Amino acid sequence: MTLTLQDVSRIAHLARLELSDAERSRMLEQLNGFFGIVARMSAVDTRGVEPLYTPLSAVQAARLRLREDRVTEPDARAANQRSAPAVDDGLFLVPRVIE
Amino acid sequence: MPASPLVRGYEVVIGFETHTQLSTASKIFSGAGTAFGAAPNTQACAVDLALPGTLPVLNRGAVERAIRFGVAVGAKVAPQSIFARKNYFYPDLPKGYQISQYEIPVVQGGRVEFLLDGAPRSVRLTRAHLEEDAGKSLHEGYSGATGIDLNRAGTPLLEIVSEPDMRSSAEAVAYARALHALVVWLDICDGNMQEGSFRCDANVSVRKPGAAYGTRREIKNLNSFRFLQQAIDIEVQWQIDRLEDGLAVEQATVLFDPDAGETRAMRSKEDAHDYRYFPDPDLPPLVIEPEWVERVRAAMPELPAAMAARFQQADGLSADAGAAMTQSLAFARCYEALRDACGQPRLAANWLMSQVSKRLNDSGLSIQAMPVTVPSLAGLIRRVADGTVSGSGARQVFDALWAAPGGEVDALIESMGLRQMSDAGALQALVDEVLAAHPKSVAEFRAGKERAFNALVGQVMKASAGKANPAQAGELLRQRLAEG
Amino acid sequence: MGIAALGRALAARQLSSVELTRELLGAIERQRDLGAFLAVDAERALAAAAAADAAIARGEGGPLTGVPVAHKDIFVTDHARSGLPSTAGSKMLAGYASPFDATVVARLGAGEPAGPPGAGMVTLGKLNCDEFAMGSSNENSAFGAVRNPWDRSRVPGGSSGGSAAAVAARLVPAATGTDTGGSIRQPASFSGVTGLKPTYGVCSRWGMIAFASSLDQAGPLARSAEDCALLLAAMSGFDERDATSAERPPQDYPALMRQPRPGATAARPLQGLRIGLPKEFFPAGLAADVAAAVRAALAELEKLGATLVEVSLPRTELAIPVYYLIAPAEASSNLGRFDGVRYGHRAAQYDDLLDMYKKTRSEGFGPEVKRRIMIGTYVLSHGYYDAYYLQAQKLRRMIADDFQACFQACDLIAGPVAPTVAWKIGEQGDDPVKNYLADIFTLPASLAGLPGMSVPAGFGEHGMPVGLQLIGNYFDEATLLQAAHALQQATDFHTRVPAGV
Repeated sequence: MTLTLQDVSRIAHLARLELSDAERSRMLEQLNGFFGIVARMSAVDTRGVEPLYTPLSAVQAARLRLREDRVTEPDARAANQRSAPAVDDGLFLVPRVIE
Repeated sequence: MPASPLVRGYEVVIGFETHTQLSTASKIFSGAGTAFGAAPNTQACAVDLALPGTLPVLNRGAVERAIRFGVAVGAKVAPQSIFARKNYFYPDLPKGYQISQYEIPVVQGGRVEFLLDGAPRSVRLTRAHLEEDAGKSLHEGYSGATGIDLNRAGTPLLEIVSEPDMRSSAEAVAYARALHALVVWLDICDGNMQEGSFRCDANVSVRKPGAAYGTRREIKNLNSFRFLQQAIDIEVQWQIDRLEDGLAVEQATVLFDPDAGETRAMRSKEDAHDYRYFPDPDLPPLVIEPEWVERVRAAMPELPAAMAARFQQADGLSADAGAAMTQSLAFARCYEALRDACGQPRLAANWLMSQVSKRLNDSGLSIQAMPVTVPSLAGLIRRVADGTVSGSGARQVFDALWAAPGGEVDALIESMGLRQMSDAGALQALVDEVLAAHPKSVAEFRAGKERAFNALVGQVMKASAGKANPAQAGELLRQRLAEG
Repeated sequence: MGIAALGRALAARQLSSVELTRELLGAIERQRDLGAFLAVDAERALAAAAAADAAIARGEGGPLTGVPVAHKDIFVTDHARSGLPSTAGSKMLAGYASPFDATVVARLGAGEPAGPPGAGMVTLGKLNCDEFAMGSSNENSAFGAVRNPWDRSRVPGGSSGGSAAAVAARLVPAATGTDTGGSIRQPASFSGVTGLKPTYGVCSRWGMIAFASSLDQAGPLARSAEDCALLLAAMSGFDERDATSAERPPQDYPALMRQPRPGATAARPLQGLRIGLPKEFFPAGLAADVAAAVRAALAELEKLGATLVEVSLPRTELAIPVYYLIAPAEASSNLGRFDGVRYGHRAAQYDDLLDMYKKTRSEGFGPEVKRRIMIGTYVLSHGYYDAYYLQAQKLRRMIADDFQACFQACDLIAGPVAPTVAWKIGEQGDDPVKNYLADIFTLPASLAGLPGMSVPAGFGEHGMPVGLQLIGNYFDEATLLQAAHALQQATDFHTRVPAGV
């Protein structure tokens, strides 16, 4: 299967990336080149195989470890906002959002 | 099941998605606090802000509460459930994805039961899953910009999804109230709707009876029962108007504007249709052993339905009274104390449903804050039971107790002159006086005029300044008239 | 001197950490053109060195106290404490000031906030790497390529290219790296140093800027297996802040490395060790010089008592598409947080929120990162998930099972790290697939989450280093280290120094 320029535009929008026309054509070429090597994988019969979402469950069933319900993080707003592009009385500022 | 009420010939179909904030001390995936109303971003730690290098660790308290809910609604608590990432861009979503549960939720199935106009109803639940709340966008007063406060980001939510089983806005509200009462009863949510602890999204569609489901529109973030009913009614009318005009209803997410009295389609979130869900590689599967579920079941408080049934059987209450007495755990505890103190279950329930509830509503007080103590209310009820005071007299005493708590019931009955005359001798004398004083009425009665008898009773009551027991007075009159 | 020897010399007060640190800071300054370091804070480094000397004087030193180290810039470093930014080699995070240290950084340094004291190493600075660790040549760094000390016209490998080059050029005795698909092993091989990627879960990912969460793993790059063992012991271990961190007791890797094998003799320390050679790791396409060096090293291991057995990893080639679907999928989600709202780059001009997102991310990310975000977004998008992502995760299980089948017949698996020696900067051009194919030998172990090492095995064309890859079973870092250590007792490739260093 091969992608089209429309696919590239749709994916770029989903990923919030802006691509120039030149970048889009180049991207299309490279993605199709890549999916060329993916084809072989699709042919393999994997019926009945459990996906391995984490290597932890490769040899034994992995289980999520839980934390106790305790407040451990004090206010660190000043340090946490040191690298913020735009802040006003403690709020992160973004262009007006219309709902 | 009774046939569903039609609106302009259409059947209304309603399903719910309810976002319940779980009452944990810390966030679902971080150690930041969850208290409401803190200064902006002071309760958003590195994890909540999605700073580079941070990772989520699941809060046991959130899971415990989800299990409690699952057991309470008779659902399956999944032995293994999966956290997934729901990917989309929004300023109040710090990671660019929300950690939620998608294919395998922690709570599967179950039902919520409640009364609608005295008739038992049951709404099936599809699922309930754990997820993290988003932050808040503030649109006012930042010179055209939007301010982002992430204190709420990462607050644990249990999203409770119902089947489209409701057929009227009244039933929808009854369901929402029952669900709200349940999560508060279970102590997994503070139930504060103003603060957004219990947010309802209603999926509403209409169809001709017997037809396939119509296209639904989702009314988002309904945070009061009143708005809930208004919004659904307005939405139903809007959809029927469309259809009657031969127009289609498009699937949409709408917001309810109580001031304009309309439901308005939201500026659709960009590509809301493609969330690219996949299992979160930072969080292995959540495993819940049966032992844990059993521990929770064992520690479970008696549920409202069971308690109401007990009150009906043991105390002889009506279904409505049983439901009313179990509207909240506090109310039920008050009823039980009052019942035990006065030994009159039905009278106790009636007083709580009528006088007490009316007064509480008028003054906006909760049952815990009732000024009249249980012992003095019990004393008053006993005096009604033994005929010392009439129902209307007792209401006057109750008002006095409410206005000036701590008053002594019997003393008030005396000082307010509300004690009923129960001394037969004294009443006998009064009756004789009245008969002697009204020969005309006596004659009329003898002539068969029943009205004359009522007049005589009235005279006795008058002579006793209202303290006579009317029934007793009537009896004595008939005896005397029969004798002579 | 390696870190083990340095630790001993410092403890014996034969030299001071301040002297050592000052000397290395000078070398780093002189070798700026290598491009290995992205940030250095000399003042704080010297202060830490002085503190280390004082601790040693008080007799409070450990085996690594006062020994200099540098961190791949994929690990965040507390800016207030270290003065060092954390960039992940990306314009997106240029100058980013992290409010906390990665667990690995804290454990090697002063220790975690509420935890026990750290190893007391002196942090010299942050090391260059491919942007968000995406690359195998370090040419994808937003802050310029890193040069290979053995031939400055060639790449050092990647993504931990700065780490490998700095250790090879003797700018620092040891460095941290991260390995998602080979990013420790391949640069170690290209630059002639020893690198170890532990079992997934051995080192905490807290404070590692995420690329692919189910694959990322931290590890050491140093001059010898002994040094790697020391460093790994100090940087590894359970961390409650990482839900994928393995709950195991602390491991004394140096002791485990020295533990004599049953039946071992001084001459045959690897007696009884079965080393499996997957035939798929020695394909026709394997460069002759690489094959020769690897075969020689294997012969050496045989002399040391190991027996070589042929095994098979039939899905080795499939590991390439499987990895390059899974890793970008996770990356596309992990990089969603870089939106210009709370930190990092934000475009200077934009019309509205959507435009801000798009311009910010398009300006902040480099071409390879964008490509992988595009691939990942696509394979997770509606209608393609099952065909790509799910299929890849199922094949990943099959690949992990293939390894377990091999470990029935052997204790370790060996082969080349990469099909060729380091290539010339710019040589691969703008062909991503060509780069992806070169990862064929490191991807399988990464997908399975198994521990792997690159051990200097000799030199190939143009005198460029060649590494031998060793792969162990889950949590069997000890056997890896035993074999590597034995080899390094019998060979001196790991002690060779590039000309002009």
